[in-house]
Amino acid sequence: MPRSSTMTGTRIRERRLMLGLKQSDLARTVGISASYLNLIEHNRRRIGGKLLVDIGRALDIETSVLTEGVDSALLGALRDAAAQHVAARADLSRIEEFSGRFPGWAKLLAERHRRVAELERVVEMLSDRLTHDPFLSASLHEVLSTVTAIRSTAAILAETDDLDPDWQARFHRNLRDDSRRLAEGAQALVGYLDDSADVAGRQSLPQEELEDFLTARDHHVAELEDGTAPVDTLIAGADELVTASGRDLARRYLARYAEDAARLPLAPLLRQVVRLGLDPGALAQHFGLDPAIVFRRLAALPGASAGVNVGLVICDGSGTLTFRKRVAGFALPRFGAACPLWPLYQALSRPMAPIRTTVDLAGRPARRFMTYAICTPVAGNGFDGPQVLESSMLILPGPPEDAAPAQPIGTSCRICPRADCPARREASILADGL
Amino acid sequence: MGRNVLLIEDEPNIIEAIRFILSRDGWHVQTHSEGTSALDAVQRARPDLVILDVMLPGRSGFDILRDIRACAELAALPVLMLTAKGQSRDRAMAESLGASRFMTKPFSNADMLAAVRELAAP
Repeated sequence: MPRSSTMTGTRIRERRLMLGLKQSDLARTVGISASYLNLIEHNRRRIGGKLLVDIGRALDIETSVLTEGVDSALLGALRDAAAQHVAARADLSRIEEFSGRFPGWAKLLAERHRRVAELERVVEMLSDRLTHDPFLSASLHEVLSTVTAIRSTAAILAETDDLDPDWQARFHRNLRDDSRRLAEGAQALVGYLDDSADVAGRQSLPQEELEDFLTARDHHVAELEDGTAPVDTLIAGADELVTASGRDLARRYLARYAEDAARLPLAPLLRQVVRLGLDPGALAQHFGLDPAIVFRRLAALPGASAGVNVGLVICDGSGTLTFRKRVAGFALPRFGAACPLWPLYQALSRPMAPIRTTVDLAGRPARRFMTYAICTPVAGNGFDGPQVLESSMLILPGPPEDAAPAQPIGTSCRICPRADCPARREASILADGL
Repeated sequence: MGRNVLLIEDEPNIIEAIRFILSRDGWHVQTHSEGTSALDAVQRARPDLVILDVMLPGRSGFDILRDIRACAELAALPVLMLTAKGQSRDRAMAESLGASRFMTKPFSNADMLAAVRELAAP
Protein backbone atom coordinates (compact mmCIF):
# COMPACT_ATOMS: atom_id res chain seq x y z
CA MET A 1 0.00 0.00 0.00
CA PRO A 2 1.56 3.33 -0.96
CA ARG A 3 2.41 5.53 1.95
CA SER A 4 0.12 8.31 0.84
CA SER A 5 -3.07 6.30 1.14
CA THR A 6 -2.39 5.57 4.79
CA MET A 7 -3.15 9.25 5.34
CA THR A 8 -6.61 9.12 3.76
CA GLY A 9 -8.29 9.13 7.18
CA THR A 10 -6.27 12.14 8.29
CA ARG A 11 -7.30 14.05 5.17
CA ILE A 12 -10.96 13.17 5.73
CA ARG A 13 -10.70 14.48 9.28
CA GLU A 14 -9.01 17.71 8.20
CA ARG A 15 -11.55 18.32 5.49
CA ARG A 16 -14.43 17.63 7.86
CA LEU A 17 -13.02 19.97 10.51
CA MET A 18 -12.42 22.63 7.91
CA LEU A 19 -16.05 22.46 6.90
CA GLY A 20 -17.09 22.58 10.55
CA LEU A 21 -18.94 19.24 10.40
CA LYS A 22 -19.37 17.06 13.42
CA GLN A 23 -18.07 13.52 13.21
CA SER A 24 -21.50 12.16 14.06
CA ASP A 25 -23.21 14.25 11.37
CA LEU A 26 -20.85 13.04 8.65
CA ALA A 27 -21.20 9.44 9.86
CA ARG A 28 -24.98 9.73 9.65
CA THR A 29 -24.86 11.23 6.16
CA VAL A 30 -22.84 8.35 4.78
CA GLY A 31 -24.62 5.70 6.83
CA ILE A 32 -21.94 4.45 9.19
CA SER A 33 -21.46 4.69 12.94
CA ALA A 34 -19.53 7.58 14.43
CA SER A 35 -17.09 5.22 16.08
CA TYR A 36 -16.34 3.55 12.75
CA LEU A 37 -15.75 6.95 11.16
CA ASN A 38 -13.50 7.75 14.09
CA LEU A 39 -11.40 4.67 13.34
CA ILE A 40 -11.23 5.66 9.68
CA GLU A 41 -10.19 9.20 10.56
CA HIS A 42 -7.35 7.87 12.68
CA ASN A 43 -6.19 5.65 9.86
CA ARG A 44 -7.04 2.48 11.75
CA ARG A 45 -9.40 1.22 9.07
CA ARG A 46 -8.76 1.19 5.40
CA ILE A 47 -11.35 2.89 3.31
CA GLY A 48 -12.25 2.59 -0.33
CA GLY A 49 -15.03 1.88 -2.78
CA LYS A 50 -18.49 3.32 -2.33
CA LEU A 51 -17.93 4.59 1.20
CA LEU A 52 -14.99 6.70 0.03
CA VAL A 53 -17.07 8.08 -2.82
CA ASP A 54 -19.91 8.90 -0.39
CA ILE A 55 -17.59 10.65 2.01
CA GLY A 56 -15.98 12.53 -0.82
CA ARG A 57 -19.41 13.70 -1.95
CA ALA A 58 -20.46 14.64 1.58
CA LEU A 59 -17.26 16.64 2.01
CA ASP A 60 -17.51 18.10 -1.49
CA ILE A 61 -14.02 16.98 -2.44
CA GLU A 62 -12.46 14.72 -5.07
CA THR A 63 -11.75 11.27 -3.73
CA SER A 64 -8.31 11.36 -5.30
CA VAL A 65 -7.50 14.36 -3.13
CA LEU A 66 -8.49 12.31 -0.10
CA THR A 67 -6.49 9.26 -1.10
CA GLU A 68 -3.44 10.81 -2.64
CA GLY A 69 -3.39 14.24 -1.10
CA VAL A 70 -2.29 17.21 -3.10
CA ASP A 71 1.23 18.04 -3.95
CA SER A 72 1.82 21.02 -1.69
CA ALA A 73 4.46 22.48 -3.98
CA LEU A 74 1.95 22.37 -6.83
CA LEU A 75 -0.68 24.04 -4.67
CA GLY A 76 1.78 26.74 -3.67
CA ALA A 77 2.62 27.46 -7.28
CA LEU A 78 -1.07 27.59 -8.22
CA ARG A 79 -1.86 29.96 -5.36
CA ASP A 80 0.97 32.19 -6.41
CA ALA A 81 -0.30 32.20 -9.98
CA ALA A 82 -3.82 33.02 -8.80
CA ALA A 83 -2.48 35.99 -6.84
CA GLN A 84 -2.10 37.93 -10.05
CA HIS A 85 -5.49 37.07 -11.48
CA VAL A 86 -8.81 38.36 -10.21
CA ALA A 87 -10.99 35.64 -11.71
CA ALA A 88 -8.69 32.91 -10.48
CA ARG A 89 -8.73 34.42 -7.02
CA ALA A 90 -12.46 33.86 -6.85
CA ASP A 91 -11.83 30.18 -7.53
CA LEU A 92 -9.13 29.78 -4.89
CA SER A 93 -11.40 27.80 -2.59
CA ARG A 94 -11.62 25.10 -5.27
CA ILE A 95 -7.89 24.88 -5.85
CA GLU A 96 -7.62 21.34 -4.50
CA GLU A 97 -10.57 20.20 -6.53
CA PHE A 98 -8.92 21.64 -9.61
CA SER A 99 -5.53 20.07 -9.06
CA GLY A 100 -7.18 16.80 -8.02
CA ARG A 101 -9.40 16.56 -11.09
CA PHE A 102 -6.97 17.94 -13.65
CA PRO A 103 -3.49 17.15 -12.37
CA GLY A 104 -1.98 17.55 -15.83
CA TRP A 105 -3.53 20.95 -16.46
CA ALA A 106 -2.64 22.06 -12.96
CA LYS A 107 0.98 21.09 -13.51
CA LEU A 108 1.02 22.87 -16.83
CA LEU A 109 -0.35 26.03 -15.26
CA ALA A 110 2.13 25.90 -12.39
CA GLU A 111 4.97 25.26 -14.79
CA ARG A 112 3.96 28.14 -17.08
CA HIS A 113 3.61 30.44 -14.13
CA ARG A 114 7.08 29.52 -12.93
CA ARG A 115 8.46 30.13 -16.40
CA VAL A 116 6.84 33.56 -16.62
CA ALA A 117 8.36 34.51 -13.30
CA GLU A 118 11.75 33.33 -14.53
CA LEU A 119 11.47 35.35 -17.69
CA GLU A 120 10.38 38.41 -15.76
CA ARG A 121 13.56 38.12 -13.78
CA VAL A 122 15.62 37.89 -16.95
CA VAL A 123 13.92 41.00 -18.33
CA GLU A 124 14.55 42.79 -15.07
CA MET A 125 18.20 41.77 -15.17
CA LEU A 126 18.60 42.96 -18.75
CA SER A 127 16.88 46.24 -18.10
CA ASP A 128 19.07 46.75 -15.04
CA ARG A 129 22.02 46.19 -17.26
CA LEU A 130 20.84 48.72 -19.83
CA THR A 131 20.32 51.31 -17.13
CA HIS A 132 23.33 50.73 -14.95
CA ASP A 133 25.96 49.06 -17.04
CA PRO A 134 28.94 51.44 -17.05
CA PHE A 135 30.48 49.93 -20.17
CA LEU A 136 27.31 50.32 -22.19
CA SER A 137 26.80 53.86 -20.99
CA ALA A 138 30.39 54.86 -21.76
CA SER A 139 30.27 53.21 -25.20
CA LEU A 140 27.07 54.98 -26.17
CA HIS A 141 28.49 58.28 -25.02
CA GLU A 142 31.62 57.70 -27.07
CA VAL A 143 29.63 56.83 -30.19
CA LEU A 144 27.34 59.85 -29.82
CA SER A 145 30.25 62.22 -29.21
CA THR A 146 32.03 60.98 -32.28
CA VAL A 147 28.90 61.20 -34.40
CA THR A 148 28.40 64.76 -33.18
CA ALA A 149 31.89 65.79 -34.25
CA ILE A 150 31.50 64.03 -37.61
CA ARG A 151 28.13 65.61 -38.32
CA SER A 152 29.30 69.11 -37.51
CA THR A 153 32.57 68.74 -39.40
CA ALA A 154 30.94 67.17 -42.45
CA ALA A 155 28.36 69.98 -42.60
CA ILE A 156 31.10 72.59 -42.44
CA LEU A 157 32.96 70.91 -45.30
CA ALA A 158 29.84 70.58 -47.41
CA GLU A 159 28.25 73.94 -46.73
CA THR A 160 31.12 76.42 -46.51
CA ASP A 161 31.84 77.78 -49.99
CA ASP A 162 35.02 79.74 -49.33
CA LEU A 163 36.72 77.34 -46.90
CA ASP A 164 40.38 78.16 -46.36
CA PRO A 165 42.59 75.23 -47.62
CA ASP A 166 44.30 74.93 -44.23
CA TRP A 167 40.97 74.63 -42.43
CA GLN A 168 39.75 72.27 -45.10
CA ALA A 169 42.73 69.95 -44.57
CA ARG A 170 42.27 70.11 -40.85
CA PHE A 171 38.59 69.19 -41.01
CA HIS A 172 39.31 66.36 -43.41
CA ARG A 173 41.83 64.98 -40.98
CA ASN A 174 39.36 65.29 -38.07
CA LEU A 175 36.75 63.52 -40.15
CA ARG A 176 39.08 60.65 -40.91
CA ASP A 177 40.12 60.27 -37.24
CA ASP A 178 36.57 60.51 -35.96
CA SER A 179 35.20 58.01 -38.44
CA ARG A 180 37.84 55.52 -37.38
CA ARG A 181 36.94 56.10 -33.75
CA LEU A 182 33.27 55.68 -34.56
CA ALA A 183 33.89 52.40 -36.35
CA GLU A 184 35.83 51.04 -33.38
CA GLY A 185 33.28 52.24 -30.87
CA ALA A 186 30.38 50.80 -32.84
CA GLN A 187 32.16 47.48 -33.21
CA ALA A 188 32.87 47.23 -29.50
CA LEU A 189 29.24 48.01 -28.79
CA VAL A 190 27.94 45.39 -31.21
CA GLY A 191 30.33 42.80 -29.79
CA TYR A 192 29.16 43.59 -26.30
CA LEU A 193 25.46 43.44 -27.20
CA ASP A 194 26.02 40.16 -29.03
CA ASP A 195 27.42 38.62 -25.87
CA SER A 196 24.51 39.90 -23.84
CA ALA A 197 21.98 38.55 -26.33
CA ASP A 198 23.69 35.23 -26.05
CA VAL A 199 23.30 35.16 -22.31
CA ALA A 200 19.69 36.29 -22.51
CA GLY A 201 18.99 33.66 -25.13
CA ARG A 202 19.71 30.92 -22.66
CA GLN A 203 17.39 32.56 -20.17
CA SER A 204 18.75 31.01 -17.07
CA LEU A 205 19.58 32.57 -13.77
CA PRO A 206 22.87 31.81 -12.05
CA GLN A 207 21.28 30.46 -8.90
CA GLU A 208 19.02 28.17 -10.90
CA GLU A 209 21.95 26.80 -12.85
CA LEU A 210 23.64 25.89 -9.60
CA GLU A 211 20.40 24.39 -8.28
CA ASP A 212 20.00 22.27 -11.42
CA PHE A 213 23.61 21.18 -11.13
CA LEU A 214 23.18 20.13 -7.50
CA THR A 215 19.76 18.55 -7.99
CA ALA A 216 21.18 16.35 -10.72
CA ARG A 217 23.71 15.11 -8.16
CA ASP A 218 21.25 14.90 -5.28
CA HIS A 219 23.35 17.58 -3.55
CA HIS A 220 26.16 15.10 -3.04
CA VAL A 221 29.33 15.80 -5.03
CA ALA A 222 31.23 12.53 -4.75
CA GLU A 223 34.23 13.86 -6.70
CA LEU A 224 34.85 16.46 -3.99
CA GLU A 225 34.38 13.97 -1.16
CA ASP A 226 37.30 11.83 -2.30
CA GLY A 227 39.16 14.60 -4.08
CA THR A 228 39.17 12.82 -7.43
CA ALA A 229 38.29 15.93 -9.44
CA PRO A 230 39.19 19.55 -8.78
CA VAL A 231 36.42 22.15 -8.74
CA ASP A 232 37.39 23.61 -12.11
CA THR A 233 37.18 20.22 -13.82
CA LEU A 234 33.72 19.66 -12.38
CA ILE A 235 32.56 23.05 -13.57
CA ALA A 236 34.02 22.63 -17.03
CA GLY A 237 32.19 19.33 -17.40
CA ALA A 238 28.81 20.56 -16.15
CA ASP A 239 26.17 21.12 -18.82
CA GLU A 240 23.92 22.92 -16.35
CA LEU A 241 26.38 25.76 -15.81
CA VAL A 242 26.00 27.84 -18.94
CA THR A 243 26.58 31.45 -17.94
CA ALA A 244 29.74 32.98 -16.57
CA SER A 245 27.95 34.08 -13.42
CA GLY A 246 26.44 30.61 -12.98
CA ARG A 247 29.91 29.11 -13.18
CA ASP A 248 31.24 31.70 -10.78
CA LEU A 249 28.50 30.93 -8.28
CA ALA A 250 29.18 27.21 -8.64
CA ARG A 251 32.91 27.74 -8.21
CA ARG A 252 32.38 29.53 -4.93
CA TYR A 253 29.85 26.96 -3.73
CA LEU A 254 32.01 23.98 -4.67
CA ALA A 255 35.16 25.50 -3.22
CA ARG A 256 33.36 25.80 0.09
CA TYR A 257 31.99 22.26 -0.32
CA ALA A 258 35.54 20.93 -0.77
CA GLU A 259 36.72 22.92 2.24
CA ASP A 260 33.84 21.58 4.36
CA ALA A 261 34.51 18.02 3.18
CA ALA A 262 38.17 18.33 4.15
CA ARG A 263 37.25 19.54 7.63
CA LEU A 264 34.50 16.98 8.13
CA PRO A 265 35.08 13.96 5.88
CA LEU A 266 32.19 11.69 4.97
CA ALA A 267 33.28 8.48 6.75
CA PRO A 268 33.58 9.84 10.30
CA LEU A 269 30.46 11.95 9.77
CA LEU A 270 28.44 8.88 8.77
CA ARG A 271 29.75 6.95 11.79
CA GLN A 272 28.65 9.69 14.15
CA VAL A 273 25.29 10.13 12.42
CA VAL A 274 24.64 6.46 13.18
CA ARG A 275 25.63 7.04 16.80
CA LEU A 276 24.18 10.49 17.49
CA GLY A 277 21.46 10.75 14.84
CA LEU A 278 20.85 13.85 12.75
CA ASP A 279 21.54 16.15 15.67
CA PRO A 280 23.65 19.02 14.32
CA GLY A 281 24.34 20.36 17.81
CA ALA A 282 25.73 17.06 19.09
CA LEU A 283 27.66 16.53 15.85
CA ALA A 284 29.17 20.03 15.94
CA GLN A 285 30.23 19.49 19.52
CA HIS A 286 31.68 16.08 18.80
CA PHE A 287 33.77 17.33 15.88
CA GLY A 288 34.50 20.71 17.41
CA LEU A 289 33.18 22.52 14.36
CA ASP A 290 30.96 25.46 13.57
CA PRO A 291 27.34 24.19 13.39
CA ALA A 292 26.93 25.89 9.98
CA ILE A 293 29.55 23.51 8.53
CA VAL A 294 27.71 20.54 10.04
CA PHE A 295 24.46 21.84 8.47
CA ARG A 296 26.08 21.96 5.04
CA ARG A 297 27.62 18.52 5.47
CA LEU A 298 24.32 16.98 6.55
CA ALA A 299 22.57 18.54 3.56
CA ALA A 300 25.25 17.00 1.32
CA LEU A 301 24.93 13.45 2.66
CA PRO A 302 24.33 10.90 -0.09
CA GLY A 303 20.56 10.36 -0.38
CA ALA A 304 20.12 7.04 1.39
CA SER A 305 22.51 7.52 4.28
CA ALA A 306 20.63 10.34 5.99
CA GLY A 307 17.49 8.22 6.09
CA VAL A 308 15.37 11.36 5.75
CA ASN A 309 15.13 14.34 3.51
CA VAL A 310 17.46 17.06 4.78
CA GLY A 311 16.65 20.61 3.69
CA LEU A 312 18.91 23.64 3.96
CA VAL A 313 18.48 27.33 3.30
CA ILE A 314 21.14 30.01 3.61
CA CYS A 315 20.65 33.76 3.47
CA ASP A 316 22.95 36.74 3.58
CA GLY A 317 22.63 39.76 5.83
CA SER A 318 19.93 41.29 3.65
CA GLY A 319 17.76 38.20 4.07
CA THR A 320 18.21 37.22 0.44
CA LEU A 321 18.18 33.44 0.06
CA THR A 322 21.55 32.56 -1.40
CA PHE A 323 21.18 28.80 -1.22
CA ARG A 324 18.23 26.45 -1.06
CA LYS A 325 17.99 22.72 -0.88
CA ARG A 326 14.36 21.82 -1.09
CA VAL A 327 12.64 19.32 1.13
CA ALA A 328 9.24 17.79 0.41
CA GLY A 329 6.41 19.69 2.08
CA PHE A 330 8.47 22.73 3.00
CA ALA A 331 7.67 25.12 0.16
CA LEU A 332 10.39 27.70 -0.41
CA PRO A 333 9.60 30.98 -2.15
CA ARG A 334 10.92 30.89 -5.65
CA PHE A 335 11.83 34.55 -5.74
CA GLY A 336 11.69 37.32 -3.26
CA ALA A 337 11.58 37.19 0.47
CA ALA A 338 10.35 34.34 2.63
CA CYS A 339 8.33 34.35 5.84
CA PRO A 340 9.90 36.72 8.39
CA LEU A 341 9.11 34.24 11.16
CA TRP A 342 11.51 31.64 9.81
CA PRO A 343 14.10 30.81 12.47
CA LEU A 344 16.62 31.56 9.68
CA TYR A 345 15.86 35.27 10.05
CA GLN A 346 15.57 35.19 13.82
CA ALA A 347 19.09 33.77 13.89
CA LEU A 348 20.20 36.71 11.75
CA SER A 349 19.34 39.09 14.56
CA ARG A 350 21.21 36.97 17.12
CA PRO A 351 24.55 36.08 15.53
CA MET A 352 26.28 32.98 16.91
CA ALA A 353 23.27 31.90 18.98
CA PRO A 354 22.06 28.43 17.96
CA ILE A 355 18.28 28.31 17.59
CA ARG A 356 16.33 25.07 17.52
CA THR A 357 12.65 25.50 16.73
CA THR A 358 9.81 23.16 15.92
CA VAL A 359 7.79 24.86 13.20
CA ASP A 360 4.41 24.30 11.63
CA LEU A 361 4.45 25.37 8.02
CA ALA A 362 1.07 26.82 7.07
CA GLY A 363 -0.87 24.63 4.71
CA ARG A 364 -3.61 22.09 4.59
CA PRO A 365 -2.58 20.19 6.55
CA ALA A 366 0.12 22.18 8.31
CA ARG A 367 3.41 20.32 8.11
CA ARG A 368 5.69 20.03 11.09
CA PHE A 369 9.45 20.34 10.84
CA MET A 370 12.39 20.63 13.16
CA THR A 371 14.70 23.48 12.26
CA TYR A 372 18.18 24.37 13.45
CA ALA A 373 19.41 27.85 12.66
CA ILE A 374 22.59 29.75 13.29
CA CYS A 375 24.09 32.96 12.01
CA THR A 376 27.85 33.16 11.62
CA PRO A 377 30.32 35.69 10.19
CA VAL A 378 31.70 34.67 6.80
CA ALA A 379 34.27 37.14 5.59
CA GLY A 380 37.24 37.28 7.88
CA ASN A 381 38.45 40.84 7.86
CA GLY A 382 39.38 40.98 11.51
CA PHE A 383 38.42 44.15 13.34
CA ASP A 384 38.55 46.26 10.22
CA GLY A 385 35.15 45.16 8.95
CA PRO A 386 32.82 45.19 7.29
CA GLN A 387 31.26 42.36 9.21
CA VAL A 388 29.60 40.00 6.76
CA LEU A 389 27.06 37.60 8.24
CA GLU A 390 25.37 34.54 6.87
CA SER A 391 22.49 32.66 8.39
CA SER A 392 21.81 28.96 7.79
CA MET A 393 18.80 26.86 8.64
CA LEU A 394 18.72 23.08 8.55
CA ILE A 395 15.27 21.56 7.96
CA LEU A 396 14.50 18.09 9.32
CA PRO A 397 11.25 16.16 9.74
CA GLY A 398 9.38 17.32 12.81
CA PRO A 399 8.43 15.47 15.98
CA PRO A 400 4.87 14.06 16.18
CA GLU A 401 2.10 16.63 16.25
CA ASP A 402 1.16 16.17 19.88
CA ALA A 403 4.72 16.47 21.15
CA ALA A 404 5.08 20.16 21.87
CA PRO A 405 3.79 23.52 20.71
CA ALA A 406 5.36 24.67 17.45
CA GLN A 407 6.12 28.07 15.99
CA PRO A 408 3.64 28.77 13.18
CA ILE A 409 5.40 29.92 10.03
CA GLY A 410 4.58 30.22 6.34
CA THR A 411 6.31 30.23 2.99
CA SER A 412 5.81 33.87 2.19
CA CYS A 413 3.01 36.31 3.04
CA ARG A 414 1.27 36.26 -0.32
CA ILE A 415 0.49 32.58 -0.18
CA CYS A 416 0.15 32.23 3.59
CA PRO A 417 -3.27 31.62 5.14
CA ARG A 418 -2.38 32.80 8.67
CA ALA A 419 -4.72 35.78 8.86
CA ASP A 420 -3.74 37.22 12.23
CA CYS A 421 0.02 36.90 11.87
CA PRO A 422 1.82 39.80 13.57
CA ALA A 423 4.68 39.58 11.08
CA ARG A 424 2.53 39.94 7.99
CA ARG A 425 3.94 42.44 5.46
CA GLU A 426 1.37 42.13 2.70
CA ALA A 427 -2.12 40.76 2.37
CA SER A 428 -2.54 37.11 1.62
CA ILE A 429 -4.27 36.11 -1.51
CA LEU A 430 -5.74 33.23 0.45
CA ALA A 431 -7.86 35.29 2.81
CA ASP A 432 -10.97 34.80 0.69
CA GLY A 433 -10.04 31.32 -0.33
CA LEU A 434 -10.08 29.74 3.09
CA MET B 1 24.72 92.42 -25.94
CA GLY B 2 28.27 91.30 -26.61
CA ARG B 3 29.40 88.43 -28.80
CA ASN B 4 31.55 86.47 -26.36
CA VAL B 5 30.87 82.72 -26.03
CA LEU B 6 32.55 80.33 -23.60
CA LEU B 7 32.43 76.73 -24.80
CA ILE B 8 32.94 74.14 -22.06
CA GLU B 9 33.45 70.81 -23.82
CA ASP B 10 36.11 68.11 -23.78
CA GLU B 11 35.94 66.64 -27.30
CA PRO B 12 38.64 68.43 -29.35
CA ASN B 13 36.96 67.91 -32.72
CA ILE B 14 33.59 69.12 -31.48
CA ILE B 15 35.33 72.18 -30.04
CA GLU B 16 36.98 72.83 -33.39
CA ALA B 17 33.73 72.53 -35.34
CA ILE B 18 31.68 74.73 -33.01
CA ARG B 19 34.43 77.29 -32.80
CA PHE B 20 34.57 77.46 -36.59
CA ILE B 21 30.81 77.82 -37.02
CA LEU B 22 30.44 80.51 -34.38
CA SER B 23 33.57 82.41 -35.37
CA ARG B 24 32.34 82.73 -38.94
CA ASP B 25 29.11 84.17 -37.57
CA GLY B 26 31.09 86.84 -35.79
CA TRP B 27 31.35 85.40 -32.29
CA HIS B 28 34.42 85.49 -30.16
CA VAL B 29 34.82 81.89 -28.85
CA GLN B 30 36.83 80.92 -25.80
CA THR B 31 37.05 77.27 -24.72
CA HIS B 32 37.53 75.28 -21.56
CA SER B 33 37.79 71.48 -21.34
CA GLU B 34 37.78 70.56 -17.69
CA GLY B 35 35.01 70.23 -15.12
CA THR B 36 36.49 71.17 -11.75
CA SER B 37 37.85 74.54 -12.88
CA ALA B 38 34.90 75.39 -15.14
CA LEU B 39 33.29 77.88 -12.75
CA ASP B 40 36.58 79.80 -12.43
CA ALA B 41 36.81 79.87 -16.20
CA VAL B 42 33.30 81.37 -16.45
CA GLN B 43 34.08 84.00 -13.84
CA ARG B 44 37.35 84.93 -15.58
CA ALA B 45 36.04 84.95 -19.13
CA ARG B 46 32.85 86.91 -18.34
CA PRO B 47 31.11 85.56 -21.48
CA ASP B 48 27.73 86.68 -22.77
CA LEU B 49 26.75 83.04 -23.24
CA VAL B 50 27.99 79.63 -22.05
CA ILE B 51 27.73 76.39 -24.00
CA LEU B 52 28.08 73.63 -21.41
CA ASP B 53 28.53 69.91 -22.03
CA VAL B 54 27.02 67.56 -19.45
CA MET B 55 29.74 64.91 -19.53
CA LEU B 56 32.99 66.55 -18.53
CA PRO B 57 36.04 65.16 -16.81
CA GLY B 58 36.18 66.07 -13.14
CA ARG B 59 32.76 67.57 -12.58
CA SER B 60 29.43 67.05 -14.30
CA GLY B 61 27.83 69.81 -16.34
CA PHE B 62 24.80 69.69 -14.05
CA ASP B 63 26.97 70.50 -11.03
CA ILE B 64 28.68 73.31 -12.91
CA LEU B 65 25.30 74.73 -13.89
CA ARG B 66 24.21 74.62 -10.24
CA ASP B 67 27.42 76.53 -9.29
CA ILE B 68 26.79 79.12 -11.98
CA ARG B 69 23.21 79.73 -10.86
CA ALA B 70 24.38 80.00 -7.26
CA CYS B 71 26.57 83.00 -8.15
CA ALA B 72 24.57 86.18 -7.92
CA GLU B 73 26.39 87.87 -10.80
CA LEU B 74 26.00 84.81 -13.06
CA ALA B 75 22.38 84.01 -12.22
CA ALA B 76 21.05 85.52 -15.44
CA LEU B 77 23.81 84.24 -17.74
CA PRO B 78 22.32 82.30 -20.69
CA VAL B 79 23.51 78.67 -20.58
CA LEU B 80 23.02 76.22 -23.45
CA MET B 81 23.38 72.64 -22.20
CA LEU B 82 24.74 69.93 -24.48
CA THR B 83 24.27 66.27 -23.75
CA ALA B 84 24.92 63.03 -25.56
CA LYS B 85 22.00 61.42 -23.82
CA GLY B 86 18.67 62.71 -25.06
CA GLN B 87 16.80 61.26 -22.13
CA SER B 88 13.90 63.19 -20.73
CA ARG B 89 15.42 62.71 -17.29
CA ASP B 90 18.47 64.76 -18.30
CA ARG B 91 16.31 67.41 -19.89
CA ALA B 92 14.16 67.72 -16.76
CA MET B 93 17.30 67.90 -14.63
CA ALA B 94 18.79 70.66 -16.81
CA GLU B 95 15.56 72.64 -16.70
CA SER B 96 15.19 72.36 -12.94
CA LEU B 97 18.76 73.60 -12.49
CA GLY B 98 18.08 76.64 -14.64
CA ALA B 99 19.46 75.83 -18.08
CA SER B 100 18.32 78.41 -20.64
CA ARG B 101 18.22 75.83 -23.39
CA PHE B 102 18.95 72.15 -23.88
CA MET B 103 20.43 70.56 -27.00
CA THR B 104 21.11 66.86 -27.72
CA LYS B 105 24.12 65.55 -29.57
CA PRO B 106 24.39 65.08 -32.45
CA PHE B 107 23.01 68.52 -33.35
CA SER B 108 22.99 70.26 -36.70
CA ASN B 109 25.24 73.31 -37.16
CA ALA B 110 22.25 75.41 -38.17
CA ASP B 111 20.40 74.54 -34.95
CA MET B 112 23.45 75.36 -32.87
CA LEU B 113 23.85 78.73 -34.57
CA ALA B 114 20.16 79.53 -34.24
CA ALA B 115 20.16 78.62 -30.54
CA VAL B 116 23.19 80.79 -29.82
CA ARG B 117 21.73 83.77 -31.70
CA GLU B 118 18.42 83.42 -29.92
CA LEU B 119 19.93 83.10 -26.46
CA ALA B 120 22.21 86.08 -26.92
CA ALA B 121 19.46 88.30 -28.31
CA PRO B 122 18.65 91.09 -25.86
